Amino acid sequence: MHITDILVTGEPIIYAAMVSIALVTVAIVFLLTYFKKWGWLWREWLTTVDHKKIGIMYILSALAMLFRGGMDAMMMRVQLAFPNLGFLDSQHYNEIFTTHGTIMIIFMAMPFLIGLMNIIVPLQIGARDFAFPYLNALSFWSFFFGAMLFNISFVIGGSPDAGWTSYTPLSGAAMSPGPGQNFYLMGLQLSGIGTLATGINLMVTILKMRAPGMKLFHMPIFTWSTLVTCFIIVFAFPILTVALALLTIDRIFGSQFFTLTGEGLPMMWANLFWMWGHPEVYIVILPAFGIFSEVIATFAKKRLFGYNAMVWSMIIIALLSFLVWVHHFFTMGAGAFVNSVFSVSTMLIAVPTGVKIFNWLATLYKSKIEFTVPMLWSLSFIPSFILGGVTGVMLGMAAADYQFHNSYFLVAHFHYVLIAGTVFACFAGLVFWYPKMFGHKMNERIGKWAFWLFFAGFHVCFFPQYFLGLDGMPRRLFITNIAEWLPLNIISTVGAFGMGLGFAVFVYNIYYSYRYSERETTGDSWNGNGRTLEWATTTPVPFYNFATVPYVDEIDPYVRMKEEGKTTFDETKLKPIHMPSYTGQPIIMMSFLGLASFGLIFEWIPVAIAGLIGGVVMMIVRSFDYDDGYYVSVEEIKRIERKARGL
Amino acid sequence: MAAEELKTGPLEYRSQEGRMGILGFWIFLGAEVVLFATLFATYAVLFGRTADAPTPAELFEPGIVLIMTFLLLTSSFTCGLAVNEMRKGNTKGLTIWMVITLALGVAFLGFEIYEFVHYAHEGATLQSSAYWSAFFVLAGTHGLHVTLGIGWAILLLIQIAKRGLTNKTSRKFFVISLYWHFLDVIWIFIFTSVYLIGMVI
Repeated sequence: MHITDILVTGEPIIYAAMVSIALVTVAIVFLLTYFKKWGWLWREWLTTVDHKKIGIMYILSALAMLFRGGMDAMMMRVQLAFPNLGFLDSQHYNEIFTTHGTIMIIFMAMPFLIGLMNIIVPLQIGARDFAFPYLNALSFWSFFFGAMLFNISFVIGGSPDAGWTSYTPLSGAAMSPGPGQNFYLMGLQLSGIGTLATGINLMVTILKMRAPGMKLFHMPIFTWSTLVTCFIIVFAFPILTVALALLTIDRIFGSQFFTLTGEGLPMMWANLFWMWGHPEVYIVILPAFGIFSEVIATFAKKRLFGYNAMVWSMIIIALLSFLVWVHHFFTMGAGAFVNSVFSVSTMLIAVPTGVKIFNWLATLYKSKIEFTVPMLWSLSFIPSFILGGVTGVMLGMAAADYQFHNSYFLVAHFHYVLIAGTVFACFAGLVFWYPKMFGHKMNERIGKWAFWLFFAGFHVCFFPQYFLGLDGMPRRLFITNIAEWLPLNIISTVGAFGMGLGFAVFVYNIYYSYRYSERETTGDSWNGNGRTLEWATTTPVPFYNFATVPYVDEIDPYVRMKEEGKTTFDETKLKPIHMPSYTGQPIIMMSFLGLASFGLIFEWIPVAIAGLIGGVVMMIVRSFDYDDGYYVSVEEIKRIERKARGL
Repeated sequence: MAAEELKTGPLEYRSQEGRMGILGFWIFLGAEVVLFATLFATYAVLFGRTADAPTPAELFEPGIVLIMTFLLLTSSFTCGLAVNEMRKGNTKGLTIWMVITLALGVAFLGFEIYEFVHYAHEGATLQSSAYWSAFFVLAGTHGLHVTLGIGWAILLLIQIAKRGLTNKTSRKFFVISLYWHFLDVIWIFIFTSVYLIGMVI
C-alpha cells in the first residue's frame, strides 16, 4: 500500500491543515518535555477517576471540537457567500457539512453537557464521586478516542461525505466506497459506548448517592434534567449502536440490511437513525433547560417557579421524544394516516415546552434581576429559542413540511433550537460554574463582549436563513450563485463571522481570567446567591467534595443554611473518607479499542483483531483488579478543611 | 462510597458498592433489552425478504432448535442452583453447578455453530439476502453474548476459587447470573418469533 492511498492529497487547505496538525503536535510534545510535565499529565489527568477532572477534560475537548466544527461552518459560509471564488469543490463541501453536523452534535454538544454534569451533579446531591468512577474514566476515553478517530479522517483516509444523518443507500458500500463512511460509523460507535456507560453511571449516582434526607423532589433542577436525560440515553443509544453496527456489517462484511440488492431496505436506516436521533436532540436540550433553570433562579434570587411542573414537563418531553421520529421524513411517503399521527405527537411536545417557558417567565416576574453573563445567556435564550420552537411546530405540520423539507427553513430552525438552546446553555453553565472548577470567575466585561458578539452574530446568521428556505434554497447546496439568494447569504455569512469572533473573545477570556481574575475565597461565588449544595463546598473543591455530608430535606437547601448561619462542615462528625484510586487502565483499554476501530475503518482485519485482543486483555486485567481504593484520614481532612475555610 | 456494611442479608447486597453495582447492571440490562428489541424489529421488517436464497421454512428444523432450547433453559436452572449454593456459602457447590451451566452453554454454542454452517451450505449466508442478514445478526448477537458470558464466568470462577465468597465476588457472581438468565429470556423470544414463526410461515 502506498502512502497516498491513506493520506488525503491534492487540496491546499488540507495540506495546510496537515502542517498545522504537525506543528501543534510538535509544540505540545516540546512544551510537555521542556517543562517536564509528562509525569504530571499522566498522574493528575490521564489516570484520573475524579469526576471534577474528568468533567474539565470533557469541556476542554468539547471547546476544541466547537472550534473544529466552527471552522467547518465558516468555510461553508465563505463558499455560500462567494460562490464564484472556487474556495471549496463539491466533494470537499460535502465532507465539511457532514463533519460539521456530526462533530457539533456528538463531539461538542453532548460532551460539553456531560462535562458539566460530571462536575456539578455529584456536588448538587452531596456525593463524593460517581457511583462507578472507573467506568466514568472509561466513558471519557471512549469519547476521546472516538472523537480523535473522527477528526483525523480529513487528513487520513478521507472524511465521510453523506451528511450527519448518513442516509443509505448513499452511505452504503456501493455508493460510498473507502474508509470515509467507516470513520463515521466507528467514531460514533466508540464514543456511543461511553455515552451509554455515562447514562447508567449518572442514573445510579443520582438514584443511590443523594445526601441523606434528599428525596427525588428535593433535587436541584439540573440534577433532575440529568436524570431524565440519562433515561433517554439508556433507551435511545442502543438503537444507534444497532443501526451503526448493521451499516458497518453491510459495508465491511457484505450483509444486505440497507442495500438495494438482496431486498434490503434503505429507508430502514432513516427509521433506526431517527428513533435514536430524535431522543438525541432532547438529550442535548433537557440538560440545557436544567442549566437555564438554575441560572435564572439564582439571578432572579427566587425559588424556581413551578418546580414540580418543570420536572413533570421534562418527564413528558422525554416520553414524547420517542414517539415523533417519523417527522424527520414526512416526505418518505408513509401515508396520510402515519404522517398525521406523528404530526400530532410532534406538536404535543410544544405543550410541556411551553409550560417550561412560562415557568421561567414567572420566576423572573417581579424579581430583582442581576444581569451577570450567565444570566444574559439565559435571558436571551428565551426569545431566541421560542423562534426556533415555533418554526419547529410549523415544520411538524406534515402537509406544510412538504414545502419546508430539506430547505434552509429547516436549517434555520434546528440552529435556532440547538444554538439558542444548547450552545447558549453550555456557555451559561460554563461561566456560571467556572469558579467551582478553577477557583476564579471569568471576567464579566469581556464575557459581555463575547455574549453580545455571539448573540448578535447568531441572529444575523440564522434569521435570514428562514427566508432563504422560504425562497426555496435547499440545504447542503454547494452552488448558490442565484441572484435572489445571494444578498441574504452574504448577510448570513457576516453573522457567522460575528459568532466566530464572539467565540474567540470567549476563549481569550479564559486566558485573561486565568491571568488577572481575582481568586475566589468563598465557595458561594455569585455574591452569595447560590441556592444549591454545590455552592456550599469550598473553592477549590477538595477532591472528596464534602468532608461531612449534610442532611437535606428541602429544595434549595443552601438558602436556609445561610439564613441559619450553618455550613455543611461539622468537625465533630468527621470520619475517614473512602476514595477510589487513580488508574491508567481506562485510557489503555480505550486506546486498544480505538486501534481496533481504526483497523475496521481501513478494513485491515488483523489490526482490528489485534486491537480487540488488547481491549479484551485489559478487561480481564480489570476483572482481576481488586483495588478497593484508599481512606483519607480524619487528620488530613481536618487540615484541608481548616485551610480552605480559614478556621 | 459509604463504608458502612450491613451484617445480615445476602453478601452481594451488604455494601453500598454492591447495591449500586447490581442496580447499574439492571439498568444495563434495560439497555440490552432495547438493543435486542431493535434487532427483533429489524428482523420483523425484513421478514420474507429472502431474494434468491432459500426461505426459512425450507431450512428451519424443529429438532435441533428444540435441543438448543432445552440446553439453554436447563443452563438457566443450573445457574439458579449455583446462586442458591452461593447464598448458602458453599463455594464447591457453586463451582460444580456453574461448570455444568457453562458446559450446557458450550453445547448450545456448538449446536448453533453447526446450524449456521449447515444453513451456509444450503445457500443462506449473511450476504445472501436482507432476511438472512437479519437472521444471522440477531441469532449471532445472542450467540456472541453467550460466548462472552462463558468467558466472563470462567474468570469469575477463578476469582472465587482464589478469594472465596466475599461481598465483591458474590456481587460479581450474582450479576453474571442475572446476565445468564437474561440471555435465556432473549432466546425464548428468538425461539418463538424467529424459529416457530419461521417454520410456519
